[in-house]
Amino acid sequence: MAMATTIRNAASRRAMSPISVDFSLRSMSSWWKNVEPAPKDPILGVTEAFLADPSPEKVNVGVGAYRDDNGKPVVLECVREAERRIAGSSFMEYLPMGGSVKMVEETLKLAYGDNSEFIKDKRIAAVQSLSGTGACRLFADFQKRFCPGSQIYIPVPTWSNHHNIWRDAQVPQKTYHYYHPETKGLDFSGLMDDVKNAPEGSFFLLHACAHNPTGVDPTDEQWREISQLFKAKKHFAFFDMAYQGFASGDPARDAKSIRIFLEDGHHIGISQSYAKNMGLYGQRVGCLSVLCEDEKQAVTVKSQLQQLARPMYSNPPLHGAHIVSTILGDPELKSLWLKEVKIMADRIIGMRTTLKESLEKLGSPLSWEHVTKQIGMFCYSGLTPEQVDRLTSEYHIYMTRNGRISMAGVTTGNVGYLANAIHEVTKSSS
Amino acid sequence: MASSMLSLGSTSLLPREINKDKLKLGNSGSNPFLKAKSISRVTMTVAVQPSRFEGITMAPPDPILGVSEAFKADTNELKLNLGVGAYRTEELQPYVLNVVKKAENLMLERGDNKEYLPIEGLAAFNKATAELLFGAGHPVIKEQKNIFNDAKVPWSEYRYYDPKTIGLDFEGMIADIKEAPEGSFILLHGCAHNPTGIDPTPEQWVKIADVIQEKNHIPFFDVAYQGFASGSLDEDAASVRLFAERGMEFFVAQSYSKNLGLYAERIGAINVVCSSADAATRVKSQLKRIARPMYSNPPVHGARIVANVVGDATMFGEWKAEMEMMAGRIKTVRQKLYDSLVSKDKSGKDWSFILKQIGMFSFTGLNKAQSDNMTNKWHVYMTKDGRISLAGLSLAKCEYLADAIIDSYHNALLYWETPIEL
Repeated sequence: MAMATTIRNAASRRAMSPISVDFSLRSMSSWWKNVEPAPKDPILGVTEAFLADPSPEKVNVGVGAYRDDNGKPVVLECVREAERRIAGSSFMEYLPMGGSVKMVEETLKLAYGDNSEFIKDKRIAAVQSLSGTGACRLFADFQKRFCPGSQIYIPVPTWSNHHNIWRDAQVPQKTYHYYHPETKGLDFSGLMDDVKNAPEGSFFLLHACAHNPTGVDPTDEQWREISQLFKAKKHFAFFDMAYQGFASGDPARDAKSIRIFLEDGHHIGISQSYAKNMGLYGQRVGCLSVLCEDEKQAVTVKSQLQQLARPMYSNPPLHGAHIVSTILGDPELKSLWLKEVKIMADRIIGMRTTLKESLEKLGSPLSWEHVTKQIGMFCYSGLTPEQVDRLTSEYHIYMTRNGRISMAGVTTGNVGYLANAIHEVTKSSS
Repeated sequence: MASSMLSLGSTSLLPREINKDKLKLGNSGSNPFLKAKSISRVTMTVAVQPSRFEGITMAPPDPILGVSEAFKADTNELKLNLGVGAYRTEELQPYVLNVVKKAENLMLERGDNKEYLPIEGLAAFNKATAELLFGAGHPVIKEQKNIFNDAKVPWSEYRYYDPKTIGLDFEGMIADIKEAPEGSFILLHGCAHNPTGIDPTPEQWVKIADVIQEKNHIPFFDVAYQGFASGSLDEDAASVRLFAERGMEFFVAQSYSKNLGLYAERIGAINVVCSSADAATRVKSQLKRIARPMYSNPPVHGARIVANVVGDATMFGEWKAEMEMMAGRIKTVRQKLYDSLVSKDKSGKDWSFILKQIGMFSFTGLNKAQSDNMTNKWHVYMTKDGRISLAGLSLAKCEYLADAIIDSYHNALLYWETPIEL
């Protein structure tokens, strides 16, 4: 941690712009008079409200953190075992700026494939990141620095923090059609039109699988068409993959969209997170990768990514990365992890089925096909904000006002209650 | 006085480096070349466009972290790493505090979950860290965050280090702070200044507080070494507590990288002392808003370790003892280095600055050429500004280091970089 201590004559210093403040009042008032309260985060605010609710019947289907069938947070067995192995033994020296090399290596295999030629050819610039948020932010800052005239195209809807990330990186945003409210599925033609109409060489944010918040993913065939159009338009594809393994239960399957783009020759960027699929939420472990032309360029790009990270946090936290590399580096632990991911994904798929069937049994006038068609942690229910408010005020059910239900919070214990409540607030809808 | 605190990750507050590299702007849209690629029985023509990242040049190696890399590559058995400021034992091994191992085992046994922390971090950590800094009973509202250095904040410098005395240029410092436009932010090192090891005396701190208050400046304290300077957590917080008593609004960044050896866990705190609870609440909300699109919420592991250690009277006592031991080792090494220099150097040069400096680092007064000599001839790795990390020095190596310093000082090329502008 070096500080500049060169000596300069005070008079030769750059002038700083004066701050216009009424100095006579200064000693009485705060510097921060003009600081407004920031708006509450729409997602994290839900959990706060849930925690404050004393009702014994309350249900939290707000934030996307996995719960077991008893509604309890889960620490995976493979994670516990990894922690046992590393407890007390690891030195806590700073990681290099790019993070844990071992963790990054294993993480790239998950996204690009175990035998990826790009890994062999060392064409991927990759750094450990502060989970998915950190990877997206690092990429946004990188985009701003090296393609300063560019914009980012973001799907409608998306995880609300995506907007914050590119905004704070000062990259202008545009949106593209994604969710079709009538079908509660993909607005494929709207999406393709927007891709076609975007200026050549635009940057697009894509959800690799288990779209958040809708759970609506393109089919493989649709991904191929999207990829072809991207090629024609020379667009840059940045994939946010926060749910690999969590969507279908099979990590390789969930990376299909990425593999399609790689086959088609795109040089993509990827944000990966272990928050959900390894349950390492609070550890902040992830990876940002950028596929480059060749090894030399990958080294260069990596150096620039590190340069962006250094003034932000110097180097990333060790503990979570150590857990990841311990698990993925040991065939037995890795295989245990894959089993546990599948169990989590299957439980959610099971709850989707149960919820849909319960609503149908109650005689709901609406179609709930989308509950089982959508994929991943979330269900975009189609509930209006008013209906969501009723669920909260009358039934103590907490979710975000866009009608997103975190299926991970649904259990055999509460699914009946949930279905009934949803039925009650929607039965008079046409 | 109510105050709001937020956590700062142990990032160094580097002055903004102007990027002199030429960057290729945007995608020039040059003609793609076609590359035929076979996939099973279908031959696809794949358009491989030239990379957007054509014009990107290699970033310069980090001046501090790059030193360790160079050290690793050196095969000479006499080599010594006095680069990065990470504490080493007398055997020059990294040190995981016993109290930290204890805390981790406790956490393992308890089977804590790994859920997201709130944006502002672990409440137990926030409480503990504020008390450590401000003293118990100081009313605070807490927060934990990583803060990044916003490279878009223009900066200027104030005089601090006097190469003639290898000490503090106190008059220059006061003059420059007085001259800064009213309401400037002033970065101060709470204790154990990095890289010089030169701290103001308690009397000088009072005068610094006076002039800052007079000019309505906003102090920003970087406290990365609380406990590591004198060995006493309270003594090392004296400068911060002085300012708190004055009723000023100010910032304090804290880190547990060094004093709890939690370097890699990235655990710290940013504290913002405001003049009212209302201001604190608003400020906290805005800081959360900045944090959310940067990293969402902070890493839990290090926070739990700190909360466990500081929150338990026995472990806290054990920590204080280990802290005193680490600071003590460094003081002993300083003394030995000084004794070696004095006994070996016949030139009459005054080496007492080594003893006057405090904390992990020492500013040797060696210039770049002399520092290069240290590395090239003596395989002693240090930063080019003449900083050595005493935490990386053992008693056994003091004499060797003294030889290296004396040789470099007297015999290296007498090129002196003169940053003084008249």
